[in-house]
Amino acid sequence: MTAIDPTTAIRDITAHPKGLGMRRFKDASFIVWGIVATFIGLGTLVALVGELVNDGGHRLTAAFFMSFPSSDPAQAGILSAWVGSILVIITTALIAIPIGVLAGIYLEEYGPKNIITSSIEIAVNNLAGVPSIIFGLLAVGLFVQVFGLGQTILTAGVTLSLLILPVIIVATREAVRGVPQEIRHAAVAVGATKWQATQHHVLPYALPGVVTGVIIGISRAIGETAPLILIGGLTFVAFLPVTRPGDPTFQIIGAVDEYGAPVTPEAVERITIDHDGVVVMPDFTEMPVEAGQTYELPHGATVQSIATVGDAVASWSPTNWLNSEFTVLPIQMFNWTSRPQAEFLEIAAAAGIVLLFITLLLNGSAIYLRYRLRKSIRW
Amino acid sequence: MERDFTKKRARPVEGLMEGLLFAAAALAVAIVAGILYVVISEAAKFFAEVSFIEFVTSTQWTPLFDDAHYGIAPLLTGTFMSTLVALAVAVPLGLLVAIYLSEFASPRMRESIKPTLELLAGVPTVVYGYFALLFVTPILQRLIPGLPGFNLLSAGLVMGLMIIPYIASLSEDAMRAVPRSMREGSFAMGATRLETAFRVVFPAAISGIIGAVILGMSRAVGETMIVVIAGGQLPQIVTSPTQQGATVTAFIAQVALGDIAFGTLEYQSIFAAGLALLVLTLMFNFIAFGLQRRFREAY
Repeated sequence: MTAIDPTTAIRDITAHPKGLGMRRFKDASFIVWGIVATFIGLGTLVALVGELVNDGGHRLTAAFFMSFPSSDPAQAGILSAWVGSILVIITTALIAIPIGVLAGIYLEEYGPKNIITSSIEIAVNNLAGVPSIIFGLLAVGLFVQVFGLGQTILTAGVTLSLLILPVIIVATREAVRGVPQEIRHAAVAVGATKWQATQHHVLPYALPGVVTGVIIGISRAIGETAPLILIGGLTFVAFLPVTRPGDPTFQIIGAVDEYGAPVTPEAVERITIDHDGVVVMPDFTEMPVEAGQTYELPHGATVQSIATVGDAVASWSPTNWLNSEFTVLPIQMFNWTSRPQAEFLEIAAAAGIVLLFITLLLNGSAIYLRYRLRKSIRW
Repeated sequence: MERDFTKKRARPVEGLMEGLLFAAAALAVAIVAGILYVVISEAAKFFAEVSFIEFVTSTQWTPLFDDAHYGIAPLLTGTFMSTLVALAVAVPLGLLVAIYLSEFASPRMRESIKPTLELLAGVPTVVYGYFALLFVTPILQRLIPGLPGFNLLSAGLVMGLMIIPYIASLSEDAMRAVPRSMREGSFAMGATRLETAFRVVFPAAISGIIGAVILGMSRAVGETMIVVIAGGQLPQIVTSPTQQGATVTAFIAQVALGDIAFGTLEYQSIFAAGLALLVLTLMFNFIAFGLQRRFREAY
């Protein structure tokens, strides 16, 4: 050990303020780095919206929302896609919300500390980390192959509900955990049973948190593409799973590829027409047709007529749409993105704007709700 | 009439509800079991035809050719390359944001920045795919001459932007969980905020931060649509991010886009690829959860 040299010790102390300036400068300049990093994230969002609006903004017309997909990009629209999305999401919500909320309540309020409860918790945590495409494999291997549900809206709804189940369970658990113990004690003290206390006292207080989780889960389901590709959502869908009188009905002649173009362009078929209407030929010329007449129509032609009350009654049942084939917005967008023609990329961007608008709106309202919740509740 | 309070009234609703609640919760276990059953049983049929040795050692993945090879290596290199690019973007940016938000930003700044960043995580991945292909790739092509229209660099970059919120938010949570007394001790010794952040808070929260990075990595490995749209879907051994390539997820999607004939080797091959993916992500998740639990118990 050497004795401290007084001269160097003094130099160290006098040198100190100089270093301090540098250290303070580094400290302040880090804030700049932090803000730059934050703005790269936010800039992405701005660039994303800008790119989509620039590419596809001019295609967002009423006709775009009210037209079926077509092999002609100028006429193609997202009618079957947004109707399909709504029906799939209704199915998803009806399955995922009750199960997710009940499971969350069980884990937080009822589950005893034992191996069964902890294995449920491990299962939920792992489900949250499973890639979405694996849920597609589950859907094909189990729902389509074993249960025979087919490539339908029901299969899609069940698959997406399993996908968002962990989101809802975790949100419910957090919301229920946030309700103070005194509320439960007070309810039980005046004679409420455990379920009565949960139903009438814990759940109402936890509701905003639960709703936040549900909104985020639903938003995720709306944007999800990969698992639906596996169950065969990528088809040229020029019909609606629900028919009302006055709706146009579409009958596609022969086999068409996923863009609506005929697979064998030279083939023809003899078709007897049910209602007056028009036939749109593969080259997009129209030909009026009469009910009862038989025509030779080339593959790729579409018979368009107006659904009568009889059609609507014949096709309607509360659940028939569940077993219908479908397309959804993200799949429609993906379909158009994978085409080389610039016109299809334009409508892909237009579909992207719709999709982005819905998901950002949902996420934004969930975030706002959570913010309000944190501010308003002071136990 | 006098009520007998010593007798317990039968309450059928109570038992019913408890049963219902349990059934809902137990469904999670059933789903995990279902996933494992389907993926493993179909993959087992695959491995009955193709040897496991071939699966892990062959350097070609050409299930659709006449001369079929089933080596998972090309798909794994595609997945690792795109994930590597994503992490190269998301780890520095995500950690900068996390340190800024946790140690420097005012509570008001934090309250407004964090939710806005979370919007990034809510963007549908198919929209990110479009963005990668038609916005990022053209810019990169101007910077790197000869870059193909499909490449893993662009897909990886956008994937990185997508996982910034995950990494930032989870690491910020980890750093905020570091007790105040540790920061105060550091300040009392004369350290600046930056020195405190890097030498005290960051090391103390390191297990939580690594957990956050691994969770982000698991997201990137499982991401499908961005790589399907912008990555090129060509299974080859990838050595540079400027090449096009297929990831494990992209291969599954690509096969599904064609008409799958159930029960064929091609159909079973997507389950074998899915099994590899599942093993990879579950492993990451277990490590991440373990690390995050450690940081929770540390103080």
